[in-house]
Amino acid sequence: MAETVGLKARRAGRLSGVDAFLWFVRVVVLVAVAWGSYKSISSGRLTAAQWRGLIVAGVSQGAVYGLVALGYTMVYGVLRFINFAHGEVFMAGSMIGFFVANGLSGTAMWASLPFVALLIALLAAMATSTSISLVLERVAYRPLRGLPRLVPFITAVGASFFLQYTFAGLFGADSKAYPPVEALKGGFTIVGFRFGKVQALVIVATIVMMIGLYLFVERTKAGRAIRAVSEDQEMASLMGINVDRSIALVFAVGGAMAGAGGLLYGLTFGQVDFLSGFLVGIKAFTASVLGGIGNLAGAMVGGLVLGLIESLGPSLVLFGLGVPSAHQLQDVVAFLALVMILIFRPTGILGERLAEERA
Amino acid sequence: MRKPRWLVSIALFGALALVAAACAEEEEPGAEEFSPGPLGAVTVEPGAPIKIAVFESLSGDTASLGEDQLRAVQVAVDDKGGELLGHPIEIVELDDGCAAEQGTTGAQRIVADPEIVGVIGTSCSGAAIPAMEILSEEGFTMISGSNTSPLLTSIAGEEATAHLPGYFRTAHNDEIQGAAAANFVFSELGLTKAATIHDGDPYTEGLATAFGKSFEELGGEVVLATSVGVDQKDMKPVLTEVAAAGAELVYFPIFQPAADFIAAQAKEVAGLDAAVLMGADGLLSDTYIELPQTEGMYFSGPASPTGSEYEEFVGKYEAQFGEKPIQAFHAHAYDAANVLFAAVEEVAVEEDDGTVHIDREQFRNAVAATSGFQGLTGTITCDEFGDCADPKITVVRNTEAEKTIDQVRANVLYTFEP
Repeated sequence: MAETVGLKARRAGRLSGVDAFLWFVRVVVLVAVAWGSYKSISSGRLTAAQWRGLIVAGVSQGAVYGLVALGYTMVYGVLRFINFAHGEVFMAGSMIGFFVANGLSGTAMWASLPFVALLIALLAAMATSTSISLVLERVAYRPLRGLPRLVPFITAVGASFFLQYTFAGLFGADSKAYPPVEALKGGFTIVGFRFGKVQALVIVATIVMMIGLYLFVERTKAGRAIRAVSEDQEMASLMGINVDRSIALVFAVGGAMAGAGGLLYGLTFGQVDFLSGFLVGIKAFTASVLGGIGNLAGAMVGGLVLGLIESLGPSLVLFGLGVPSAHQLQDVVAFLALVMILIFRPTGILGERLAEERA
Repeated sequence: MRKPRWLVSIALFGALALVAAACAEEEEPGAEEFSPGPLGAVTVEPGAPIKIAVFESLSGDTASLGEDQLRAVQVAVDDKGGELLGHPIEIVELDDGCAAEQGTTGAQRIVADPEIVGVIGTSCSGAAIPAMEILSEEGFTMISGSNTSPLLTSIAGEEATAHLPGYFRTAHNDEIQGAAAANFVFSELGLTKAATIHDGDPYTEGLATAFGKSFEELGGEVVLATSVGVDQKDMKPVLTEVAAAGAELVYFPIFQPAADFIAAQAKEVAGLDAAVLMGADGLLSDTYIELPQTEGMYFSGPASPTGSEYEEFVGKYEAQFGEKPIQAFHAHAYDAANVLFAAVEEVAVEEDDGTVHIDREQFRNAVAATSGFQGLTGTITCDEFGDCADPKITVVRNTEAEKTIDQVRANVLYTFEP
């Protein structure tokens, strides 16, 4: 008894320096955020409507991050490695979405039935990303299953370059401008929140896909098989579940979500090039870690939080603190949030389940 | 008693050196007149080429800026009959990539080749600053046809931080372009509240700052001076700040693709839908003015040269490369090449067998002494900080009627000559 008390005391003594430092960082960050926000809001620089506009922009951007983050988190959930080529799967969807949209933009359908045309582009983007994701799994990752996790990780980096430069070679390195969609111009206001039509489309499409994914994972047999494989591969295969098939399915679903995200991203920003996937991939990875990697709802929550941090952070906190050119630091803010999460809550926002089961 | 000893040895050494120098002079009268100065010299053997480095942006988004100037230098070489002092002119092509890293590597490659006489370049100010740190020290002289950042030469008549000896340019200093844009906005458009956005690159920052300074001197107000990331896509937050500050005009002298997103998203931000958008010469390209969201935008940039000599130049350019000049700085690069050739001809020491010596310091001084040189862009006279241009800035507008970059450039609303 006395011994354990002594041990505890010794441990406490040993960690106290680090702990004190972390508490110090925590307090500094909290004070900075609170002070910056207070200064920003009390200065009345932006009107309430403008703040709401930033929130809508953040949610819409975050929805796309969330869709892409699902792919990272699902693959991590079953295979415990980060599929770093996932950003390129996203880019492929965005690129093919551009070609389909561009082809359709000259037709009468583009003007008369724009949403049918967009649905066709969406399906094409999802199909492309799904196929690429499946091929990746079969060619690059399956032969390496069972090897140390670093091996598929390095392969993923290689696959990422391969895909980037294949697309650059096939379609050129210039950036491609999405055709304008008349039906998506303008916006509307709901309870004081002004939505651009593109933003509304992104948010609605994301909600629909999230519900679909939830039903698929929770209610179907294939979904149950995926969950079983992510719990314990060996036991799942003993129960008669085809593990290879389930893993392929995970890649397919993740790819489809990334493809949809690619098209929505293209519609939001109007452009895509062969390197578009890199930054979005990193951001989506950040989102999945923020939300708690391996957790589906966490990916979405992480995406939304990251989108909001990016959109509001510079104006709310940095501008309030008097940082010059605050908006140039958008990415810095996003990655700083990741660092903070890794220091103070390594399991992520919704990460308890993972922590209990596998930590 | 120790001190005098080394003093004596120094005095002795000095005396010996004097005697040696005196003897040397007497021994070979006239045979070896040329002796290199402190920066060294280039010796061109009979039949060997005179090498000129052309250090322009030849890849990536800004490749057209460099390609245009490389072609102009080739036309200048052809106009010389491909020869200088009986030696063929050899162009060494280097890519500045419009980036600081490639500015450094390119400059290292230039100093590694002691046969290179001078440098035409770079395309981008961001590459020129690190390049000059290497080139200046090694005695090289560089003349740029498209660097415009005030940092490279002078700001408000004072030496700027990045100015180094051996740097010259035939392009304007952006202080003048900033003043031109500010005058146009304040006097012609009658707007008094402006916001500026740059992306951290020396060219964009220099121009945005110069615009802001002139605008405030005229009596206008810069309500927000901010910046964005080069890769940033979501411009709504920064544009919301611009709208909140009450800007009537947004001046963003940056590059594509960031400028695409600013122009597109400005229309979606409440309070900015009526604001006037204005860019600068970095955006005067086909790919930018083709975008639907850039309709109605104003651009400041160097005036297109006029006159029969320029027409003749365009004719040669078109005959050789199959298209009209693709960017705004070809005439400046052509003039830069001719200034360089004239300085080489002035300082070169020729021997009877055809060997040519070019002293680097004298060459640098000859370029610096350029005065009243008639070029395509006007009368070129170098000041003490290396600004040699005869600047003429115009403001043009992209309206519904203009479909190509040439048409936009021809839609001149305002001309500024200091």
